[in-house]
Amino acid sequence: MTTEALTRPGKAAAPSAPGRRRTRPWGQVASQAFLIVASVLWLLPIAFALYVAVRPYSDTRKYGYVSMPHHLTLKNFSDAWTQSDMLHFFWNSVMITVPAVVIVLALASGVAFVLSRVDVKFNVALLILFTAGNLLPQQVIITPLYRLYLKITLPHFVSDSGLMYNSIFGLIAINVAFQLGFCVFVLSNYMKSVPEEMYEAALVDGASLWTRFWRLTIPLCRPALAALATLLTTWIYNDFFWAITLMSSGDKRPVTSALANLQGQFVSNQNLIAAAAMIAAVPTLVVYILLQKQFIAGLSLGASKG
Amino acid sequence: MSSTSHADTAAAAQDGAPAPASRRRRGVRRLSVRDRVVVGVLLGIPLLLDLAFVWFPAIGTALLSFTKWNGVGSLHTQTCKPNVPSILNNGCWYGVQNYHQAATIYPEFWPAVRHNLIWLAVFVLIATPLGMLFAVLIDRGIRGSRMYQSILFLPVMLSLALVGIIWEFMYSQNYGLINTVLGRTSDSNAIDWLGNPHLNLWSVLVEATWRQSGYVMVLYLAGLKAVDPTLREAALMDGANAWQTFWRVIFPVMKPINIVVMVVTVIESLRAFDLVYITNKGINGLELLSVLVTSNIVGETQRVGFGSALGVVLLVISLVPISVFLYQTFRREEAS
Repeated sequence: MTTEALTRPGKAAAPSAPGRRRTRPWGQVASQAFLIVASVLWLLPIAFALYVAVRPYSDTRKYGYVSMPHHLTLKNFSDAWTQSDMLHFFWNSVMITVPAVVIVLALASGVAFVLSRVDVKFNVALLILFTAGNLLPQQVIITPLYRLYLKITLPHFVSDSGLMYNSIFGLIAINVAFQLGFCVFVLSNYMKSVPEEMYEAALVDGASLWTRFWRLTIPLCRPALAALATLLTTWIYNDFFWAITLMSSGDKRPVTSALANLQGQFVSNQNLIAAAAMIAAVPTLVVYILLQKQFIAGLSLGASKG
Repeated sequence: MSSTSHADTAAAAQDGAPAPASRRRRGVRRLSVRDRVVVGVLLGIPLLLDLAFVWFPAIGTALLSFTKWNGVGSLHTQTCKPNVPSILNNGCWYGVQNYHQAATIYPEFWPAVRHNLIWLAVFVLIATPLGMLFAVLIDRGIRGSRMYQSILFLPVMLSLALVGIIWEFMYSQNYGLINTVLGRTSDSNAIDWLGNPHLNLWSVLVEATWRQSGYVMVLYLAGLKAVDPTLREAALMDGANAWQTFWRVIFPVMKPINIVVMVVTVIESLRAFDLVYITNKGINGLELLSVLVTSNIVGETQRVGFGSALGVVLLVISLVPISVFLYQTFRREEAS
């Protein structure tokens, strides 16, 4: 079930079912018309923001956003990039997202392996504990978490604030802890689909538990890990709430939450905001273009339980 | 969990029979010492992390909600004294007073509850059916379905903060696309989509729906592809039309996906925060419970107990869909 779901997205609706084609022509036309209208409406806000971004401030000031393009320019992008120090914020995002994704996947595969392959008595209860943790609204845990982050001290080479609060380390920790549940849920379902015979064969060969985990299970889970990595990268990069609440100083924030500050900084020049927003969208758009199938596969894995 | 004493190893050696609970899983007692250390590490570290940063705070929210605390000084178990300056009444046991105050004298509370309910209603009545409709149409394999899927899915990739910024150009009073099309761009007749407290919730909900329905679409596409095609054929053979086939045959067998979508819908409407925060920090018509929780702990005045009480309200509501999901998902697991 789960493996099927992983390979199937992408191959949209194979015409295998003869019944599916038996739609009446007007139904086809209506469907096409509806989807075309929806697609235009769905693209419009993004296209419009992009249009604002490529026009000079003087033009939109004079003619409004909805007007013929008198001049087109990329200067807004370069101005937004340099004036807001976006490289710095992107670097913050990388410093948070990359370690967080790697650590979540490493920890979650370990838990999923144990819960799906070793009888530790409370397997289902533990799985429920992890899964439910990911479903809580962030605001349910933020109040004590905020106090906790102000209490935990860290050595200065880890955090220059000396605390979990306002440190990149702290943001990595909460992103890891919060995303663990989803990954454990997905990976343990995936690992259950590995045939038992493979483990029996490994046991006959005298493979230790670690070997069965690292040499046998992990390579088999590569498709699921790739899908989850795509999903997590996007989610953690897109995180706004943790960075807004657990970081006080704007210059340590990742790019998504730094957008809130940029809005204030560029309040008199909306074109720069549009350009900055488009720049901030680039990493997710790269994922969208190159890894859309992986992303959708990850969501499907989370949704379809075999 | 997995102690590695020698006595246990001896016991493990005696325990030759397979664990009765499950034939597939190997009981931890049959493992070697080294294997048990591996189990302990693989399970222990993530478990500690999850307990420390998710479950401990979740329980903490519930406990703190019965206290009065400004975050400074220590907590104690004495009951708060009535009619004492609040500086002397800090860190004390406050009973259900926080809840009482929220419901009676906190002006933002009921508007926030109402806004969260409206948010949920729009997600249930508009975003979800729209996403389902997209999925059904795309799943029929009409020409260009791949392209439609990609376009409708695009907003799901963007962060909600970005969605809020992108839509500000649509809604801008004097320059925005919507007001230009409506011819309402002069200062006298411009519609203030994001500023007018009677209007801005609905404007933001358009943004939220724009993103949410793509998400629902992807979930339903996964569900529809997992449906056995022979079911559809059989229904059509029996003379059912497409409408009947979907609602009487396809929809019921997608129950697991329906539950996932239900959970996503409820949880996302409770989590809603980023969009209103980026729009106006969640004031003036855009109050949500999530915003109130946040402003009571990271704002100027720290009311930890009060903010926690609001968090508990969110927790209690979210437990309903979470329980349904867990019951549905793990019921079979327990049985097998």
